[in-house]
Amino acid sequence: MAKIHVSTTVNGEPVEFLCDASSSMLDALRGPLGLTGTKEGCGTGDCGACSITVDGRLMCSCLMLAVEAEGHEIATIEGMAQGDKLHPLQQKFLEMAALQCGICTPGVLISARSLLEKNPDPTEEEVRFGLAGNLCRCTGYDKIVRAVLETAAEMREAAR
Amino acid sequence: MNDMTNKWIGQRTIRPDGADKVTGRAQYSADVNMPGMMWGKVLRSPHAHARIRGIDTSKAEALPGVKAIVTAKDIVEFPVDKSVMLGIQDMRWMCRNVMAREKALFHGHPVAAVAAISEEVAAAACALIEVDYEVLPHVIEIEDAIKPDAPILHEWNKHEGKSSNITGTMVLKTGDVEAGFKDADVIVERSFTTRPVHQGYIEPHSCTVSYAADGRVTIWSSSQGQFMVRAMTSLLTGIPQSNIRAIPAEIGGGFGGKTIIYLEPVAVMLSKKSGRPVKMVMTRDEVQRATGPAPGSMSTVKIGAKKDGTIVAAQATFYVQAGGLPGAPLRGPVGCSLSAYAIPNVLSVGYEVVSNRSKVAAYRAPGGPHGAFAAESVLDEIAEKLGLDPLDLRIRNSAKPGDKALYGPTFGQVTFKETIEAIKAHPHYKAPLDRNPRPGVKRGRGVASGFWYNAGGESSVQVNITEDGNVVVTTGHPDIGGSRASISNVVAELLGVEHSRVNVIIGDTMTIGFSNLTGGSRVTFASAMVATASTEKVIGQLKERAAKIWNIDAEAVKWEDGMALPAGDNAGKFPPLSLKELAAKANEMGGPIGTQVQLNTTGADPGFATHVVDVEVDVDLGIIRVLRYTAAQDVGRALHPGYVEGQIQGGVVQGIGWALSEEYLYDKNGKVDNATFLDYRMPVCSDVPMIDAVMLEIPNPKHPQGVRGVGEAPIVPPLAAIANAVYDALGKRFSALPMSPPRVTERLEQP
Repeated sequence: MAKIHVSTTVNGEPVEFLCDASSSMLDALRGPLGLTGTKEGCGTGDCGACSITVDGRLMCSCLMLAVEAEGHEIATIEGMAQGDKLHPLQQKFLEMAALQCGICTPGVLISARSLLEKNPDPTEEEVRFGLAGNLCRCTGYDKIVRAVLETAAEMREAAR
Repeated sequence: MNDMTNKWIGQRTIRPDGADKVTGRAQYSADVNMPGMMWGKVLRSPHAHARIRGIDTSKAEALPGVKAIVTAKDIVEFPVDKSVMLGIQDMRWMCRNVMAREKALFHGHPVAAVAAISEEVAAAACALIEVDYEVLPHVIEIEDAIKPDAPILHEWNKHEGKSSNITGTMVLKTGDVEAGFKDADVIVERSFTTRPVHQGYIEPHSCTVSYAADGRVTIWSSSQGQFMVRAMTSLLTGIPQSNIRAIPAEIGGGFGGKTIIYLEPVAVMLSKKSGRPVKMVMTRDEVQRATGPAPGSMSTVKIGAKKDGTIVAAQATFYVQAGGLPGAPLRGPVGCSLSAYAIPNVLSVGYEVVSNRSKVAAYRAPGGPHGAFAAESVLDEIAEKLGLDPLDLRIRNSAKPGDKALYGPTFGQVTFKETIEAIKAHPHYKAPLDRNPRPGVKRGRGVASGFWYNAGGESSVQVNITEDGNVVVTTGHPDIGGSRASISNVVAELLGVEHSRVNVIIGDTMTIGFSNLTGGSRVTFASAMVATASTEKVIGQLKERAAKIWNIDAEAVKWEDGMALPAGDNAGKFPPLSLKELAAKANEMGGPIGTQVQLNTTGADPGFATHVVDVEVDVDLGIIRVLRYTAAQDVGRALHPGYVEGQIQGGVVQGIGWALSEEYLYDKNGKVDNATFLDYRMPVCSDVPMIDAVMLEIPNPKHPQGVRGVGEAPIVPPLAAIANAVYDALGKRFSALPMSPPRVTERLEQP
């Protein structure tokens, strides 16, 4: 079957790719677009390792068809840092050892950024529910939650 | 070298692999692609138990785009009557696990594999392979598998003279239990069950393999040991180890489950037959159906004590699942569950039981949580019967240095009591607990302890000084949770240089000497020990170079703060030579500076942990929530405290999942019914509280930095600690895990 042509924006850059009608956005990112920072843990929308944003909205890219990207703005982990300047969440995750194996980390960071955009001053409970769609098997979540809370506080301070 | 004035050891430095991991650049094995690469897919048995009478691959071979098909005929066979061990794995079972031979032993057991131009074509080809199965009756649960009329998986296996599904036994014994129980004032005997649980690593198994025209093989895969990948692939394909380069990709979690292989030898044979590189990636469904969970268990523990709390005798029997092929971790429950206590009379017996489930694999303290759930629950009941604080009961009976451990050796340092005392003194244990905060809600508090052997073993570490005077360290261990960070702290400390000047990488099987698995809480212990030896050798070389430049004896040179200095006034007066200066002169003064040290490390004394937990039970809905959790453990020395705490916190939360929500559900045909992360319910962020990790740093005298293994012990106590807390809340004991809502409501209706 003929491939479908898709024009979209990924991390601020216009891109085009070809995909099958049945391809997921995750497959398009990891395949033709070569953006392997977005991970596949389950393929059923249960683990959040493939989290991206579409027009600012948090999505599991495994649950989105690649053709649905047409005309939209996709953001992935590869676009989170500005050049060599890490996003405050990325920096705080490093400082606070909020990752171990690192496979869930791209998805957790995308989710956490999305959470803080909507709610810059979350409680611990709000962070825990905000990240409930991102499985992490290594950390027990403790350091992740602390890193998100601390980043939120620093970002609020910086914005004052 | 170990004290609190250390500049780098004990600091929360930024890990060398960190920036790549937070930006998505770290390369895990599914991220690797090769030119001309094919996709490999596995055809799996649709039956839980079936004899394979024949496999016809002709229709699949005829499908356009199919390049190779592999069946058991392509994998080296190890006959069932002769054991060939690699570590704890028997290749007789490994060869049958990667590709079913005589029989398919579980639903999802690999039967054939295809390499094709795309995943879709490979999957379509799998559907065209015709397998002639003779479907056999299957058996899933332990209690059914040990019945006299149970379907037998391995007819050649005999137990007590008869064909049986009991494929192994283990007995540990000391004293005379019968006589011991006669001295007891109180005896408690209870039976328990635990369900199999998956390690739950988020990264599915995968590999990318190239078999080149000259017979040389390159494997990128995610594993807990590139040397294990090389050795097992060599044994299962017949390719010599010297022709296999196993490159450790970043590993997305393992917890023991990646100490064995599934795909690599299959991909190698597909690549060999097709002449093309082959990539294989499991789906989550395949991971849940066909890769090793930790076993389920059935156990009975009987403990007798005097009125003052002195335990006089203990007897334990454990039935532990192996899955479809032998290899259950009997030494976990049999050896661990009672070893932290000084008990004069003990009989601990384990039976390994095969049934039609996927072959079990190691999972964090393999078998330890099963045994501790039983033993630590019974201890809680003994304490209650005697009116003793459960921590005091444990302190009274804790093993001491010089005691002979149940599993053989005589204990050197024993720091069990310190972990119990740490919990006893912790504000959590003393905090008031509102037992009935709302109607229909009850709260309780529980404690339990845990023990794990820990391990040393083989490690290799290279330390090389770069031409510009910085440091590159290569170890042979996949870094599963921050070991590079710990090693860079150690080497920076010893060399006296800024942490940022030390870079640590993981070598592949052709660039670093043999290094055993990342597992058993051994890597930081062993690799820090070998990194120390390697760095000290390099410091010796640096002192020799300085001595040569100054024309004095090497013994007259000392190394301090990253510089060579005359050791004293008698040595002469010379300005210090820095690492950078010595590196710049390296070639004229004797050549490159660097070395590799390879050791079989020893001295990994056991790990001990004691936990306290508060739970809340919704008695109408049967939902149990963990409200507060504190885990104390002797870690020896925390080289990088952040990653040590992380081991404890992660292990505890895995234990919470084991206790409360995780289990496999099988349908009547012996097929896993919940092979997704939606239905196999691991703890999510909103399920758990902060986990307070209390690190006791009592240096291990047998290690240069005092390190003690950390990773396994934290998963041992939670099962019993939570069950004991639930008892405290409800006045009802739970002897079966998980304590999930339907089971809790059912139990609440029982007396």
